[in-house]
Amino acid sequence: MDVRGVHLRRFESCSGRLTMIRRSFLVATTFAMLAVGALEAREWKKIRIGVEGAYPPFSEVGPDGKLKGFDIDIAYALCAKIGAECELVLQDWDGMIPALLAKKFDAIVASMSITEERKKRVDFTDKYYQTPARFVRKKGSGIEITKEGLKGKKVGVQRATIHDNYLTDNYGDVVEIVRYGTQDEANLDMLAGRLDLLLADSIALLEGLLKTEQGKDFEFVGPELRDPRWFGEGAGIAVRKEDQDLKKLLNEAIKAIRADGTYDAIAKKYFDFDIYGG
Amino acid sequence: MIDVEIVWDNLPLYLRGTWTTLWLTFTALAFGLVLAVPLAVARTSRNPLINGPVFLYTYFFRGTPLLVQLFMIYYGAGQFAWIRNSALWPLLSQAWFCALLAFTLNTAAYTAEILRGAIAATPKGEIEAARALGMSRALIFRRILLPSAFRRALPAYGNEIIFMLHGSAVASTVTIVDLTAAARIVNARYYSPYEAFLTAAAFYMALTFAITGLIRLLERRWHAHLRPHLS
Repeated sequence: MDVRGVHLRRFESCSGRLTMIRRSFLVATTFAMLAVGALEAREWKKIRIGVEGAYPPFSEVGPDGKLKGFDIDIAYALCAKIGAECELVLQDWDGMIPALLAKKFDAIVASMSITEERKKRVDFTDKYYQTPARFVRKKGSGIEITKEGLKGKKVGVQRATIHDNYLTDNYGDVVEIVRYGTQDEANLDMLAGRLDLLLADSIALLEGLLKTEQGKDFEFVGPELRDPRWFGEGAGIAVRKEDQDLKKLLNEAIKAIRADGTYDAIAKKYFDFDIYGG
Repeated sequence: MIDVEIVWDNLPLYLRGTWTTLWLTFTALAFGLVLAVPLAVARTSRNPLINGPVFLYTYFFRGTPLLVQLFMIYYGAGQFAWIRNSALWPLLSQAWFCALLAFTLNTAAYTAEILRGAIAATPKGEIEAARALGMSRALIFRRILLPSAFRRALPAYGNEIIFMLHGSAVASTVTIVDLTAAARIVNARYYSPYEAFLTAAAFYMALTFAITGLIRLLERRWHAHLRPHLS
């Protein structure tokens, strides 16, 4: 920065102080008005939505650098229904809820399962899809999903997911849990042979790994896991607890896109079965 | 408000993480130092065939981020079938080995340059005196150059130890549960970044203070001749 720039900055900040005092009066009056009209719904002209971008086919950054996937399309469809502008914000998975609480964005559309643990911090809309979790093994490895069969095996999961919790609670004493920041990284290490098993959402594994060229040597093993104690009630959209009006808007929008065929049109782009799950 | 219970409940996780951090850092530092001495000597050589390759090595490892070096070894090695089928794969498939390798090569590069600088700063008179006594080149290195270079390098090397300790946090990105990864697990479980990372910071700070204290003790011993005489 050149010296003149610095002087200008200083000058501006001096004169800015006066405006600031005036502004704080304004803010104070606004707050007073808000307190009176607290029950009135805030107008959501623009909704900032946190997405992950590393969870194909739900959320990924395409070769052109643009976000795409089921979550992304759903987010845009919901904004369109509400009549609000959509701003997508990329956020790492394990900082997702803290970032929502810190108001970096207003809602999370990131295949986040509705669980009791998360409900302590945030509110969820109704589910917008529900799929079971499953293990994946290398073909011919012969690993079975029992306490005996899993003994000493390295199992990759995405950190802080329902799959991480399920594995920790049920097999934490026998397996070596290897935690990753994104599902992509876990898939990569499975392909490289660093892991014996993966546990994740069955669709994410199917589309992100098994159906790809490199994933042809891998297969599902064990039953579809749906126990609501760990796997929740499906994936919902998380909002801050104080934003009940936004939750209501989103719930209405989910119903609306389910009813008018928008949802099915999006789902058909990615899946050849019913992803909503009953 | 800070929730002390979260920290208390996860203390074993933090302690295991601290052990992993210390183990990784100091093993890498030990291997790195052993590598650095011959590299530093090679760097002082006037022969470009000896000096050149070592210069390229230190230039690369000091010119790129540790994180990138670690990713190149961890993810890069897994990409090629011929590496996956080689005898090295049982080691390279382990996250701890990749981290140890990256850290060792990194600290060896920095330490070699620290030592090279210390060797170059040897007063000319000392070398001339050694030559006048008829010492060979090897003997001059062993008796004159290296001992005084180690002393001169100590403060800079103390910094390198602390850089390495802090740099080891990148191990958490390749599934190693070090102190930083412990904090990330706690953060992910309770959605409390403040408690999780503040605790890790406190641990790192305690370690840093312990290390600087140790270095100061060593300096007091080996730099005794440099202290002002107060009488």
